Amino acid sequence: MSEPVLRLDSVERSYHMGSEEVRAVRGVSLEIGAGEYVAIVGPSGCGKSTLLNLLGAIDRPDRGHVYLDGRDVGALGDGEATALRLRRIGFVFQRFHLLAALSARENVELPMSEAGVGRTERAARARELLAYVGLAAREKHRPPQLSGGEQQRVAIARALANRPALVLADEPTGELDARTGSEIAALFRRLNDDGTTLVVVTHDEDLASAAKRTIHMRDGLVVRDELAASVAAAQR
Amino acid sequence: MIGRLVVASLTGHRARTLLAVAGVAVSAALLLDMVMLSSGMRESFRSLLTSRGFDLRVAPKGTLPFDTEATIADATAAMAALRESPDIVAVAPVLGGTIHLPRAGGAAVSSVALGVDPRVQGDYVLLGGREPRDDEMVANDALLAAAARQVGDTLTIAGGYDPQLRRFLAPRVVRISGRVRFVYLARDQRAAAMPLAALQALGGPTRRDRVSLMMIRARPGADIEQVRAWIARRLPKVTAISTATAIAQVEERLSYFRQLAFILGSVSLAVGVLLVGTLVTVSVNERIGEFAVLRAIGIARRTITAQIMIEGAALMFAGAFLGLALGLVTARYLNTILASFPGLPQSIDFFLFQPRAAWTALGLLAAAGVAAGAWPAWRGASLPIARVLREEAA
Repeated sequence: MSEPVLRLDSVERSYHMGSEEVRAVRGVSLEIGAGEYVAIVGPSGCGKSTLLNLLGAIDRPDRGHVYLDGRDVGALGDGEATALRLRRIGFVFQRFHLLAALSARENVELPMSEAGVGRTERAARARELLAYVGLAAREKHRPPQLSGGEQQRVAIARALANRPALVLADEPTGELDARTGSEIAALFRRLNDDGTTLVVVTHDEDLASAAKRTIHMRDGLVVRDELAASVAAAQR
Repeated sequence: MIGRLVVASLTGHRARTLLAVAGVAVSAALLLDMVMLSSGMRESFRSLLTSRGFDLRVAPKGTLPFDTEATIADATAAMAALRESPDIVAVAPVLGGTIHLPRAGGAAVSSVALGVDPRVQGDYVLLGGREPRDDEMVANDALLAAAARQVGDTLTIAGGYDPQLRRFLAPRVVRISGRVRFVYLARDQRAAAMPLAALQALGGPTRRDRVSLMMIRARPGADIEQVRAWIARRLPKVTAISTATAIAQVEERLSYFRQLAFILGSVSLAVGVLLVGTLVTVSVNERIGEFAVLRAIGIARRTITAQIMIEGAALMFAGAFLGLALGLVTARYLNTILASFPGLPQSIDFFLFQPRAAWTALGLLAAAGVAAGAWPAWRGASLPIARVLREEAA
């Protein structure tokens, strides 16, 4: 495997739902290398999204360590973790979560603006990214004027804005019909082919089958970690 | 980009934003009016007392000018004594009284009358004609209208009325030499002024060589307090009061207005803070998921805090500017009502616009806007990202 971008070392995370404690992640250790395309699959409530939040420095483990580019994410202060998410990680959410009042291009520009990229440069890169996801003609449209698939493409362009080392996607096709989901799956494949490291949490078999590695979870544990047949064959 | 987000947020809920701005505007208008009220009368009195360039007012011992019917006896000698001081450059005597203008059929018009030295008087401003000489007087518009006379006309005046004999005392014919505006009298108060000797003569023996007041103009650069002390020593039967002391006394009497203005101003400010705080809090609550996503994609706490606080400040500023205009209009209207209070000098304003007052009100509102947005901003920026995203997804 290539040099690890991410490394998890005996990570545990619990949270409360009402009075009940949910042990969402129970001692997960794994490595994800640069350029990998990993799908995390498993039944609802098995801890996939919690694991993704830990990978993305949105959440901190109760025990164990998460290393991104060799840095212990759990030891970072809020400001450092925020800066890490801004510059090194791209997020794609199930419900797109674009700002409805901004145009497609402004949504893509938002993380660049926060990172201090100049107005001209970020506008040019936003246009480039929208063209990459096939929405060059829709840059001035606001999210309510776009279809679900188009909104998810804008969200993907936004995730790529600051050239992240890693893109994390949580059920990115969960709100889309099968045909649009396939288009997004194809876009993810292209992204990975172009060198982006991808970790996708999904129930979508099409999307999971596009990944080069699949991590199966159950009850907060990794129960199987396998390479796609094509990748395994290539390695042999 | 923050500016764009603020505009988007505020224009995204137009009705709410407009209601908030309108609410703040009403609050700001009241605040401005209260700030104007707290300083308006004081400044107005200061302007009134200093406008004619006199530094001291000399009244009978233990009284304030025109506070009682008391007069200063031996006025000629008193004025001569005052002129002995090298620090005094002018002495303007004033005798207050009442004159009657008999009319056919027995009815009469009564009027305030001032006996003055027309060369140095400080009680009126000549609007037309000329200063009065012997057997002449000047009158204001209210008296001219009541007597149906104009400048150049003659009329009969009397200093008193004997009810037993049913006749006016010592009637005499005078000519109206000028039209004037009296500085210290109400607009609708009928008034005339004539040479001091003429009014003293009209008043009979009780007014002979008497004045109600002497206004003193000091040499430029003179120490007014020293002049006042000199007068107190030289003329023990009078009280000299400096303009500064008179203003201080007025301020003391107006402390009620200032307290009222302070309380109402504070209430209006508190209402503005609560209004904006509530609306910004509601807005933040509606966008908890949005803020969680922004935090997740790497938007810093300070950016979100700034955005929310700018929203609060923008509502306050928009409302404040609208409120300043509204406050000026209502102040003018209220001033018209209050200025018609009987006996008030026409140049007194209850609500006096001063740029400093407007800046004070604006500054207070801006601070209030920032304060109103502070808690919701802290809340919006400090939310637990993972938990909110989990709840949003559920």
